[in-house]
Parts: sequence; C-alpha cells; structure tokens
Amino acid sequence: MRKTWWKILGAVLVIYTTIAGLLLGVPHLAILNETIRNLYFHVPMWFAMIVLFSISVFYSVKSLSSKSEIDDLKAVESVNAGIIFGVLGLITGAIWAKYTWGQFWSFDPKQNFAAISILLYFAYLILRNAIDEEQKRAKLSAIYNIFAFPMMVVLLFVLPRLKDSLHPGNGGNPGFNSYDLDSRMRMVFYPACLGWILIGYWVYTIRFRIRTLENKHQQN
Amino acid sequence: MQLAKEVKYLIHKEILLEWRSKYTINGVLLYVVSTIFTCYLSFVSLGDKLTWNALFWVIMLFASINGVSKSFLQENKGQQLYSYILASPAAILISKTIYNTLLMLVLTTIALGFYALVFDTFTPPDLGMYYIAVILGAISFSTVFTMVSAISSKAGNGGMLMAILSFPIIIPVLILLIKLAKNAVDGLPWENSLDDIGMLVIVNVMTVAASLLLFPYLWRD
Repeated sequence: MRKTWWKILGAVLVIYTTIAGLLLGVPHLAILNETIRNLYFHVPMWFAMIVLFSISVFYSVKSLSSKSEIDDLKAVESVNAGIIFGVLGLITGAIWAKYTWGQFWSFDPKQNFAAISILLYFAYLILRNAIDEEQKRAKLSAIYNIFAFPMMVVLLFVLPRLKDSLHPGNGGNPGFNSYDLDSRMRMVFYPACLGWILIGYWVYTIRFRIRTLENKHQQN
Repeated sequence: MQLAKEVKYLIHKEILLEWRSKYTINGVLLYVVSTIFTCYLSFVSLGDKLTWNALFWVIMLFASINGVSKSFLQENKGQQLYSYILASPAAILISKTIYNTLLMLVLTTIALGFYALVFDTFTPPDLGMYYIAVILGAISFSTVFTMVSAISSKAGNGGMLMAILSFPIIIPVLILLIKLAKNAVDGLPWENSLDDIGMLVIVNVMTVAASLLLFPYLWRD
C-alpha cells in the first residue's frame, strides 16, 4: 500500500476528472461553448509529456556519468511514454480544432511547433536504432537527448508566443486566466493534470520493467 | 590561454587544409549556384518577394548541411585520434565551430550576391538588416550543425542521420531567421527586429553552451 498509493491516486484522479469533466458545469464562452471541456483532456497530456521528457533528460545526464545500462533504459522508456502523450495531445487538440477552428489541422503555429518537437524525439529513437553497439548507443543518444531538450523548450514555450496563433492563450483569445476565474473548472483541471502525470509516470515504470525483464531474458 | 592558442592553431590547420584542396568551398558554392539557377528557371513566374526570401533560406539550409557536415564526417578515425591526443575537446569544438562560421559567412555572402544578381526584383530595401540576418544564420547553422555532425559521425552512418537529427533542431532557428529576413524585405524599422535578434543570440548561446558541455563525452571513445 505504501508503494502503490500514487498509482491508486492517479487512477482515481483520472476517473474523477473524466466523469466530472464531462458532467460538471462550465462557463459558457462564445465559440468555445462546451468544447471548453477539452481543457481537462488536452492540456494535461502536454504536462505529462513535459514531465516524462524531463525525466528522460535527467536519466540521460545520469547515464553519461554513470554509464549504467539501467539509466539508459529509463531515459529511452520515458521518451517512449512521453511520445504517447505528445501524440495524444496532438490528437485531442486536432479534434477540438475541428469543432472550433473548422479543421483538424490548420497549420497553426502551436500545432506546427508541437509536431516538430515530437519529430525531435522520433529522431532520437531513429538515432538509437542506427547504432548497434550498446554503450555507444547509450552515450550518443544521451548526448542528443540533452542537446535537443532546450530546443524543445524553445519550440513549445517561446516561439509560439512570438507568432500569431488562434490557440487559447494567444493573441487575445481566452486562455488560462479567464478560465481560472471560474473555480468550478479549477476543481477539475488541477486534479486532471496531476492524475495524468501520475498515469504517465506509471506507464513509464511499467515499460521500463518490461524492458529490463526482456534484457534479462536475452542474456540468459 | 592554452585553449586560445590551441583554437588558433586548429583554425589555422583547418583553413590551410581547405586552402590546399578548396574542395568544400568550391563544391558547396557550385551546389548553391546551381540550386539558385534551378530555382530561378522553375519558379520564374513567381513575383512574390516573400517566397523568394523563404526560398533563399531553404537553399542556404541545404547548402550549409552539406558544407558543415564535412567538418567531422570527412575526418577518418586516425585523424580524430591524432587530434584527440594533441588538443582538448573544447578547443576542437570551438575551432570547428569558428571555422564553419567563417566558411558559412563566405558562402552566404556570395550566395546572397548571386541571388540578388539573378533575381533583380529580390534586392531587399533594408540590405543592412538582411545582412545581419545572413550573419546570424551563418553562425546558428554552424553552431547547430557542427555538434550534430559530430554526433552523426560517431554514429557511423553519415548523411541521412545528419539530416534527420538536424532538421528538428534547426527548424525553430530557421523560422526565426525567415521572420527576421522578412522584416528586412518589408523594410520595417529596426526596433521591430530587435526581439528576433535577441532570441537568435540566446538560442546560439544556449546551443554553444550545451555543445561545450556535451562534446567532451562525445569525443572520448
């Protein structure tokens, strides 16, 4: 129980926010209307992705100095889990965009930069596939991961602010601040973020354990 | 002080090597000129200045990938081992970056001249601003590509990996550069571009700092 409390918490929070997010009242804003509920499902994906990618950079730094295979596996599995959340973030965003902007993909700067930052991590995985030697693979991919992380931060948090975007929070569109005025949404949004981050971390630990078991199996 | 001496010596070595064969500079120059010419022949009906501007940067992107990726990929294992014994990794990275920046500056300047010559409608009204964008482009292309070419040369299969690894990293820089150059083409006052220049400088400082921290790990085999 002491070890699994956060898994239970994550599951309960996600179930709660899914139900409450669909049923509880929301403020009625023009254009957004009921699609405002996507805030509970779309934004936490990005938070979970950022947390997982940060974990990956942390273990990449660690694996450069420790040279241990475990740290390398942790780094790659957190990237794998992070990519799942990144793709989910793109999909939830695209579905939302279909009903508010009229198109799944309208080449909005936010959409483009998010897609490019996911490309960065696909490049990381391809780099890993290109190298056969395990130690070299661990070293080179850790270096690329650390080198790419600041660029991802620029892509996701700095560049979209310099461009005109239709995304909420940009260019006069209602964003976090106006949602925050409504405490009903805050009651669901913050637990949703925490819940999805915990679920993401859980996915990553499971993937990591499967990989270590597979490695053990291969060595025997 | 030791570092500065090593860097100076290594840059001298690079320039000497290039001066003897003149392979990279001539090769990339021919690449740029023939690409510009092909673009001119195929897009000749397009009159829009902004399209030409974007095209210029795309051409420069591919030319610089070809030019800069040479820096580590062309050296063989023995040469790398030799310079590993002689100089510190920081000196090698700094010298390669500075050399690539110089190479890219020469190249982009010639390309810009040729571009303005071929497309006489293109000449931006604010040439000084445009040239600043070109200089910043040369610096950022060489800082990013030098590190990525080091990674891909260690990974063993050069060309394709280089493109895959460098494109996602360079796209944010390229977007900033195209925006800055667009300001120059539109002839906007300089105050409007200061943000972009600052952003590019920050990205470059960040890239160089990350490269300097990581390169020693990469270099040690």
